Amino acid sequence: MKNLIKVLTFGIMAFLSTLALAAGPSISLDKANNDLTDKESLKNGFKTYINYCLGCHQLQYQRYNRTFTDLGIEEADGIENYMYTGEKPGDHITNTMPEKQAAAWFGTAPPDLTLEARLRSPDWIYTYMRSFYMDSKRPFGVNNTVFKDVGMPHVLQDLQGVSSIDEHGNVTPAMGGSLTTEEYDILIRDLTNFLEYVGEPSKLERESMGVKVLIFLFVFFILAYFLKREYWKDIH
Amino acid sequence: MLTNFMAWIDERLPVTEAWNKHVAQYPAPKNFNFWYLFGSLAMLVLVNQIITGIWLTMSYEPSGDGAFASIEYIMRDVDYGWLLRYMHSTGASAFFVVVYLHMVRGLMYGSYQKPRELLWIFGMLIFLVLMAEAFMGYLLPWGNMSYWGAQVIISLFGTIPIIGDDLTLWIRGDYVISGATLNRFFALHVIALPLVLVILVFLHILALHEVGSNNPEGTEIKKKKGTVPVEEQSKFTFHKQYTEKYDIVDAIPFHPYYSVKDILGVAGFLIIFCWVMFFAPDGGGYFIEAPNFEPANSLKTPEHIVPVWYFGPFFTFVRIVPDPLFGTMAMFGAIIVLFLLPWFDRGVVKSVRYRSKWHLINLIQFSICFIVLGVLGTMPATPLANNIGTIAAFGYFGFFVALWVYSKNEKCKPVPERISN
Amino acid sequence: MSNVPVNNGRRRFLTAATAVVGGAGVVGVAVPFIGSWNPSARAKAAGAPVEVNVGKIEPGQLIRAEWRGKPVYVVRRTEQTVTDLAKLDDQLRDPNSEKAQQPSYATNAYRSIKPEFLVALGVCTHLGCAPTHHADDFDQFVEGTPNGFFCPCHGSKFDMAGRVFQGVPAPLNLMVPEHSFISDDTILIGVGSDASKGEA
Repeated sequence: MKNLIKVLTFGIMAFLSTLALAAGPSISLDKANNDLTDKESLKNGFKTYINYCLGCHQLQYQRYNRTFTDLGIEEADGIENYMYTGEKPGDHITNTMPEKQAAAWFGTAPPDLTLEARLRSPDWIYTYMRSFYMDSKRPFGVNNTVFKDVGMPHVLQDLQGVSSIDEHGNVTPAMGGSLTTEEYDILIRDLTNFLEYVGEPSKLERESMGVKVLIFLFVFFILAYFLKREYWKDIH
Repeated sequence: MLTNFMAWIDERLPVTEAWNKHVAQYPAPKNFNFWYLFGSLAMLVLVNQIITGIWLTMSYEPSGDGAFASIEYIMRDVDYGWLLRYMHSTGASAFFVVVYLHMVRGLMYGSYQKPRELLWIFGMLIFLVLMAEAFMGYLLPWGNMSYWGAQVIISLFGTIPIIGDDLTLWIRGDYVISGATLNRFFALHVIALPLVLVILVFLHILALHEVGSNNPEGTEIKKKKGTVPVEEQSKFTFHKQYTEKYDIVDAIPFHPYYSVKDILGVAGFLIIFCWVMFFAPDGGGYFIEAPNFEPANSLKTPEHIVPVWYFGPFFTFVRIVPDPLFGTMAMFGAIIVLFLLPWFDRGVVKSVRYRSKWHLINLIQFSICFIVLGVLGTMPATPLANNIGTIAAFGYFGFFVALWVYSKNEKCKPVPERISN
Repeated sequence: MSNVPVNNGRRRFLTAATAVVGGAGVVGVAVPFIGSWNPSARAKAAGAPVEVNVGKIEPGQLIRAEWRGKPVYVVRRTEQTVTDLAKLDDQLRDPNSEKAQQPSYATNAYRSIKPEFLVALGVCTHLGCAPTHHADDFDQFVEGTPNGFFCPCHGSKFDMAGRVFQGVPAPLNLMVPEHSFISDDTILIGVGSDASKGEA
């Protein structure tokens, strides 16, 4: 009997560790190390998104005013500095790019990015945005080591500069951008942070509620334990 | 006041009678262990699924155009919508965790044996309906994994000779999985199957209370009337339905002893459940899979189409058999043999504690094979995985064959008459 | 119920304590279920304040806006209409707007922030029909009064401040929604403004 439990426990451990292995990504990704509680970083990311990404990629499930509230932006300030296209604060963060033409321009329509961080992971976004390199065979002159033959141009090329790759697959660091490598990494980390936030705006609320619920349950568990023990005195 | 009110009710509806018969004076063996918590936990999860499910339908939109967006509407726009959704999605996985453990308990202690065959059959029917319920519910978020998972499972019906293609067309109601499929799955998921499930659970409990619970020793707590001296009978009061026919030994009333124990079990379960729900609601990508954050797309298959983890063991049967028809048959066969378990086991001793070493080994190898099949089901198919899967599948079916063979003349230890402390 | 050999104080205390904490837990669980019935962000966005440009309304003209699914009438009253309002007082149920059918900043003789502009819900206070605006032929309903609102459903009558006449089914004056001027030409319906009190 004891053995059976032991073996089962072992089996389950083996099961879980296999799962962990199976879930591992095939490309090694850099850690984004972003911090959802860092409001300044989120605001920077939001700003970068509005300025560089929104033209093509919508956040069609996320509303401006929700974003303002969660990021600690006053509504008037938000309308002034983050909304350029005359929407209402309650509107979703969308653009007016026609999907069919976009598909013709880029080979595939630029996907909505509301859930990108949950679809691919923040680390993926962080690495992807730092992995463009020159490739004259591609329509926009760039390719990406994380997303091979991606249809997207390197929108932040002016900031990062250009990196190139040799025949062995070694990437030379980007040169000639207006930002240093460190500055560019921070910019992308902030953008990643923002996209992780947008992927699940209730995440921080969820975790803080979780702590309270677990504390409550722990108290309840202790009470239930003593109650059970008290009654079971009759039996033993 | 309250006494008068209860008397008024009892004249019209036997509430107190039912309470005593099934709860306060229901004799339960006094030696239930950890493994006996999962029945009540399954009940808890069922209630959670039904209530959160009702609340989700208030904001969910069952249409091909609106389903995916309505999930995000629930996650973002509805107050506490994210919590209701995570309660439901985590609950789905939790349901299978507790049901699998509940079944392991039945296997270990021979709870399916005579006279509990029908109880086991009802339990297996619950499991089957639960799988259908989970499968249909999984399509509703209309993510890409939902879509392709449903595609694969519906295709299994296409392997049936002659009628296969027409059957899949009929199930989908379209040439591809579409809004029509989504709508019928929605109707079944929220109305038909829960109704069936609740009825089956009711029958499961009714059958349980007719025969009484088994226990880790596999002994009987109801002895023939007049065979046990009064001082050796249980000191508690039990309902006359039980005491008229039997002398009750080693039993305690379900309430308060097992109600307080189940409350403790619930508290412990909720700690784990809430920990997962609040801190890892996607279950490391196994409760909510990453490709499901992309809307259903009939032109783009996710890199690895794998079933949700709880279907893994059965899905592997389909994969390892090269012929799709035989693969599907193997999968359904794996479920059918479980139904027939009470008749594969020809032994009279119930609990693994008193059965032969062979039975213990057989149970362990079966559990390992089941887990291995499950792990393989969630992994991409490779030749190596298929070879391991084949071995595990033989182990799975081998359990039943071996059980049938050795249980006839099994050398068991003597089972004590009474439950010791 | 008392199928228990012992029932001491400690046992009663633990039972009560567990029941109270458990009960609190059940109440806590009810919160998300009850809370989820509140208007969602979508509903709030759809019910967000509405801007109405009043700069192009001719004197005497009415325009309709929609706010939270209800018609809102915005009328630019002529000076004559505004001065005539006081003459009707003895024919009205609530000439001084004593019932709370308007925000405090519109509790005045002309029931508005600026005398010129009436902003009122086009919803009859009887059974919710939409009263019709009669700009110059209202005297068929009330003699000597050229303009007003007439509800076609049950014949309720309102003057150009949305005040209800006596002897009609509608019990109350037309509702004046929260509104404010964000510029001379633009009214924001749905957001009241304390600052606008002074202008009135």
